[in-house]
Amino acid sequence: MGTVPSALKHCLSYQHLLKEQLWIGEPAAPPPVVPHPGQDSQASGLPEYIKIVEVGPRDGLQNEKVIVPTDTKIELINRLSKTGLSAIEATSFVSSKWVPQMADHREVMMGIERHPGVQYPVLTPNLQGFHSAIAAGATEVSVFGAASEMFSKMNINCSIEESIERFEEVAKSARNMNIPVRGYVSCALGCPYEGNVIPAKVAEVSKRLYSMGCYEISLGDTIGVGTPGSMKRMLEAVMKEIPLSSLAVHCHDTYGQALANILTAIQMGVAVVDSSVAGLGGCPYAKGATGNVATEDVIYMLNGLGINTGVNLYKVMEVGNFICSALNKTTNSKVALASFNTGAI
Amino acid sequence: AFPKRVKVVEVGPRDGLQNEKNVVPTPVKINLINMLSETGLQVIEATSFVSPKWVPQMADHTEVMQGISKLPGISYPVLTPNLKGFQAAVAAGAQEVSIFGAASELFTKKNINCSIEESLERFDEVMTAARAANIPVRGYVSCVLGCPYEGKISPAKVAEVSKKMYSMGCYEISLGDTIGIGTPGSMKEMLTAVMKEVPVGALAVHCHDTYGQALANILVALQMGVSVVDASVAGLGGCPYAQGASGNVATEDLVYMLNGLGIQTGVDLQKLMDTGTFICNALNRRTNSKVSQACCRL
Repeated sequence: MGTVPSALKHCLSYQHLLKEQLWIGEPAAPPPVVPHPGQDSQASGLPEYIKIVEVGPRDGLQNEKVIVPTDTKIELINRLSKTGLSAIEATSFVSSKWVPQMADHREVMMGIERHPGVQYPVLTPNLQGFHSAIAAGATEVSVFGAASEMFSKMNINCSIEESIERFEEVAKSARNMNIPVRGYVSCALGCPYEGNVIPAKVAEVSKRLYSMGCYEISLGDTIGVGTPGSMKRMLEAVMKEIPLSSLAVHCHDTYGQALANILTAIQMGVAVVDSSVAGLGGCPYAKGATGNVATEDVIYMLNGLGINTGVNLYKVMEVGNFICSALNKTTNSKVALASFNTGAI
Repeated sequence: AFPKRVKVVEVGPRDGLQNEKNVVPTPVKINLINMLSETGLQVIEATSFVSPKWVPQMADHTEVMQGISKLPGISYPVLTPNLKGFQAAVAAGAQEVSIFGAASELFTKKNINCSIEESLERFDEVMTAARAANIPVRGYVSCVLGCPYEGKISPAKVAEVSKKMYSMGCYEISLGDTIGIGTPGSMKEMLTAVMKEVPVGALAVHCHDTYGQALANILVALQMGVSVVDASVAGLGGCPYAQGASGNVATEDLVYMLNGLGIQTGVDLQKLMDTGTFICNALNRRTNSKVSQACCRL
């Protein structure tokens, strides 16, 4: 590969190619009815449509060093609402003692624009959090389980069983109020304390969450240690207990494995993927390392595979640009990094 | 099913260093290659016998070639763009060489100032000389998933150029996503076309991570039976086409994935990371390897 003059930056063909790859322009709208993600209607055997769950405003910002003001959080969510995303995790109703970055949960929830067709789930660790969330206008909540006892102990100071009991209270109230609940399972591919996590344990916890009424289970590779091999084994175990259409993957890119792991999951029929704009959110367990996979990079891959997401990549990149400026940091998205520097954007 | 074993071709000392802003002195290059030789890697692309007028970073090719410790069982291929370069390489002790074709006419014109056909004629001279000297030749095809000048590249064109280079006598064809623009979909399409012309056992993939797609693309290639993968320690080597963006995929991240898949590489990940630490310090830059970042806080 020889060296090439910088005149290339202005090359029309490259910009044209990028624009095609980036799908600049309006993408097709998501199908009106709930798709059956488990069916492969394409020759490639992959889902036709994948729902992206944007966790930047919560998982992302919660794990950033710099705390952004409430106004910026609201602006971020409002901008994300215009990109075609149908699910944006807005904030977390946890005690501000534990998670100061999310202390303004109420103001954020009440301050954001609620776009039709977009869900704004919020984290609710217990009944108290749930009630606060509802009072602030939340219409969907999430609960966080873990496939590791030690992680559960260190993170929320109780056993898995105790945490499930807490969540059951939330699920019950939610059911009474017709509020959908999403269940997360952390440490699905490895635990910072226990190390290896067996797939059967992940399946067991997933099943508990699903049985209590969670409509979707998001399987989280919390420390990003998973690889396509462990992703496959874990999904095989979980798929015995939970229907494919109720599964999502939440991959961290701490070891650069996220896209390969996501690809493996979608090859197995998973059709819901969590990601974070600009790859916001580092890893609390590996200082300086990255955390969430970047939404832009996921969409780029899905676009290239001909999979519909309903999301406009260019608009997401612009939002990424906005929040990175506000955080005074460089984006973690390689697509954004490459695109903003070639003059294509 | 995945291959049981994958050969990792380390291109850091050449493709990596060639595309770094900072130039490292000859002793550092030699130390880098020597450290890589201790990691279990079987193939380490050492340098490039191109005119220093075009590639100043590789001006010390003869000193590097003569200065490195050549461990038994390890191959140290070098780039040779033409017969002159080939002869200089052999004189300096090279025992394997590489030639670089492209699947794009415009890229070939801008890069080496001739057409694809003309470039293959030049390589034919190298092939003849190499055959006479019993020197294996590896062929690279650039722009297999997209070209910075032409844009889209047809899989048929990639297959055509690959076939020509294979027929000329290259023992292996490394398919390069030069601008990292490919995704698993385009990788699959391209490989399907190429595998009709070249046996999969003679194919390698050289993925750039400019858009973060490299490991996903490599995964698809492995699923299709490819068992040779190029990578660069610490992800050395930016992209000349997107300022500030990354280029080569990091060897550490690749090996991490292969280890996780239970695929043998023979490479010691810790020693590889230590080598990455060394060269990043020498270049005064942060590593591009996420595995290194996570483990060593670099």
